[in-house]
Amino acid sequence: MVTKNSVRTATRRWSPLFLGPVVAAFIIGFVWPFLQGIYLSFCNFKTTSNAEFIGLGNYAEAFADASFQHSFWYTAATAVVSLVLINVLAFLIAYMLTQSIKGSNIFRTVFFMPNLIGGIVLGYIWSMIFDGILAAYNTSILLNTTYGFWGLIILMCWQQIGYMMIIYIAGLQAVPEDMLEAAKIDGAGKWQTLIKVVIPNVMPAITICMFLSLTNGFKLFDPNLALTGGLPFIIQPDGSTINTTEMMALNIYNTFYTAGAASRGVAQAKAVLFFILVAGLGLSQLAYTRKREVQQ
Amino acid sequence: MATKEQTLAAERRNKTILSVVLTIVCIIYCLPVVAVLINSFKANTYVKTETFALPTEQSFVGFDNFVKGMTFGNYPFANSVAYSVVITVLSVALILIFCSMAAWYIARVDSFFCKVVYFLCVFSMVVPFQMVMFTLSKTADTLKLNTPWTIPIVYLGFGAGLAIFMFVGFVKSIPIEIEEAAAIDGCGPVRTFFSVVLPMLKPTLISVGILEIMWVWNDYLLPVLVLDINDFRTIPIHIQYLKGSYGTVDLGATMALILLSIIPVIVFYLVCQKHIIKGVAAGAVKG
Repeated sequence: MVTKNSVRTATRRWSPLFLGPVVAAFIIGFVWPFLQGIYLSFCNFKTTSNAEFIGLGNYAEAFADASFQHSFWYTAATAVVSLVLINVLAFLIAYMLTQSIKGSNIFRTVFFMPNLIGGIVLGYIWSMIFDGILAAYNTSILLNTTYGFWGLIILMCWQQIGYMMIIYIAGLQAVPEDMLEAAKIDGAGKWQTLIKVVIPNVMPAITICMFLSLTNGFKLFDPNLALTGGLPFIIQPDGSTINTTEMMALNIYNTFYTAGAASRGVAQAKAVLFFILVAGLGLSQLAYTRKREVQQ
Repeated sequence: MATKEQTLAAERRNKTILSVVLTIVCIIYCLPVVAVLINSFKANTYVKTETFALPTEQSFVGFDNFVKGMTFGNYPFANSVAYSVVITVLSVALILIFCSMAAWYIARVDSFFCKVVYFLCVFSMVVPFQMVMFTLSKTADTLKLNTPWTIPIVYLGFGAGLAIFMFVGFVKSIPIEIEEAAAIDGCGPVRTFFSVVLPMLKPTLISVGILEIMWVWNDYLLPVLVLDINDFRTIPIHIQYLKGSYGTVDLGATMALILLSIIPVIVFYLVCQKHIIKGVAAGAVKG
């Protein structure tokens, strides 16, 4: 007789075929580099084979690094400003598109399109546009921190609004029709319906979008590299330099690959801190918004 | 009190206003792509000074930028396109086949080892690439995974998280009775998976496939760290190194290459639009 358990046992015999390739690749591509990365953050090393354990020294140096501190605050500002702008605008557009207007499919297609263009290409497209505008004022996006900041925000909005819009549209379409009708019969106006009925109902979509745009903001690398590459820089009194538009991911990259092999331990320590920050932020925000969903 | 006709008229007027607003936003949205298009036909010096003007008789250079761009930086653009295609196709094929197999096994056998693998996969989704980039590129070097034909293994490893997560979620929603019926009819696990489960997974295969295509095709950091960029470049690497190799960039040629690299993406998007949007909506629920 065939039972659930005998099926399971028969399947188990095939585990090398089913699990083998993924587990092997996963160990090579993730597990081993991750564990080695944690170990190396406590070491002094130039290549992975000649590591010398030094304890927490790398972390102390990472915390004391002014350029790393600057990149943290700069990244936080970029992530928060872009989170607010992207979500407000994406929600607005999604709300307008679900009002059964003509051509909403064309609009949706256009708004989503930039999302498929890669970060490096996006960076060069926008650097050409911003420099085209700024050339009239004899400056460049590479020369001014404020322009660099808002340039990146505009780029992120252009790239991500369409993506978030898709999620909001799905959420808005799932709002029960009879609930909207009941609100109308009870005499609720457009605003009241939006705030009291629609928004609580799309809370799951809002959770997802806020989570995505926050982590996207913190992890941003390609557009940052291509748009400004961290420029302009300022020279500190002690001779070290700070790239004023450099985000955390780019700071870590530069510490690894342009600051010389001696600083690789510090770079790996920064990477571990970055990982803790990104993972912690994502998880805590998720837990917080989930809790509010239940209360409503 | 407003009559029914008045409210209807007001509603119609509101919709017209909405359409107009959206059309304007839409046009603004397209402008960057239009800017790339017009500048790809301009001589280098005019790109910076007349960025938003249509090419004039003076600045128009025809297809010179495209011809120049093809061999710019001493690396043929056609090679970059070919390597991008090879890497994307192989990686996505590997991810789809092996991750769907593993996910089915994880969902159905559900042993302690399966739970550990699943947990690690979900965990890997919150780890930023910078955390593993240095050690991963060294490991890939040691194992000779640094060519376009072997780098898909690295993509399989690093991309397994999202794929396994999505496949497991879908497999759990398929009633197990179908597979039990197949077993009673004498199907072994391998045949059950390939002729019963895999066809049912089709919608998820498309969603995952699209998400992975978008990721691998546009990825810059992983290939630039793993591949030997003197021999092998993908399109994003090629575009980044236009600047790296000279210092001063030929903006006209750069725009021509950017145009060439986004045309296939836009065509792909317009053709598979429905699936892409569905795939993105499905992938987003991963949070």
